Amino acid sequence: MSYPHAFTPRGLALRRFKPKVLSTSYIALPPSLPHHFEAGRKMSSRRSRISEEEISELVSKLQSLLPEARRRGSGRASAAKLLKETCNYIRKLNREVDDLSNRLSALMATMDSDSAEADIIRSLLRS
Amino acid sequence: MESKSSTTGNRDNPNRNLHGSKTMMASHFLRALFRIQQTSTSSSSAGRSRRIRRAAYASMAYSAGTRRAWSRALLRKLRSRARLRFPRRLSRAATPQRRDMDQAQVLRKLVPGGPSMDDCKLLEETADYIRFLTTQVRLMQTVMDSVSS
Repeated sequence: MSYPHAFTPRGLALRRFKPKVLSTSYIALPPSLPHHFEAGRKMSSRRSRISEEEISELVSKLQSLLPEARRRGSGRASAAKLLKETCNYIRKLNREVDDLSNRLSALMATMDSDSAEADIIRSLLRS
Repeated sequence: MESKSSTTGNRDNPNRNLHGSKTMMASHFLRALFRIQQTSTSSSSAGRSRRIRRAAYASMAYSAGTRRAWSRALLRKLRSRARLRFPRRLSRAATPQRRDMDQAQVLRKLVPGGPSMDDCKLLEETADYIRFLTTQVRLMQTVMDSVSS
């Protein structure tokens, strides 16, 4: 696959990803891609140019959201590693929602309506 | 550079957007909790916890609105009254190579509405979904703390 923009300064700046990782992310593109090629070759090259820039931007955005002590100056942000940690983080958050709802349900059994209203007012004021 | 300022602007703006939806999330979730507490004093603890979990995801989706693909898919799932099921088991990969190629698929299974997205949209929706999920978890922890104090 040839990237027409690969040797511009911006393209070289984006090269911190391993080419192998980039190619795997392109393999994951929707299976209807051949139709895009038929519709217009210009559109598909524009689509790949937008995808590469957006992917690097979104990857850095995701990186800032994940809670972990990353080594400062670790330029080799492997996209696959990021995806794996994102999946683990989402799974962890789902587990936390489950756990908190179990605990809330246990607490509800011991709650009466008066303290429920106080709890609502207090929480609204706090958040 | 314009792109740099736009990325920093993107990083600031979602936080500002989230503040308005945080209040909406809190009021929706608390109202739902109150309703659950009133109508299920004699039902099982497991059934109640299922309803609380459903209310948590519902308030997430309501506060996100219909401008996000994940919230639309989540609202659809909730309205069809299907059992709210989320994949939690860790998939066991045979080889590291297979793991790399399947990560996008795994992520697609985790994010609502995932299978019908391409890679860029998937990353965008994942970031938004994570933001709302963390807000919801923090909200539930706040409610827990204020009830048990």
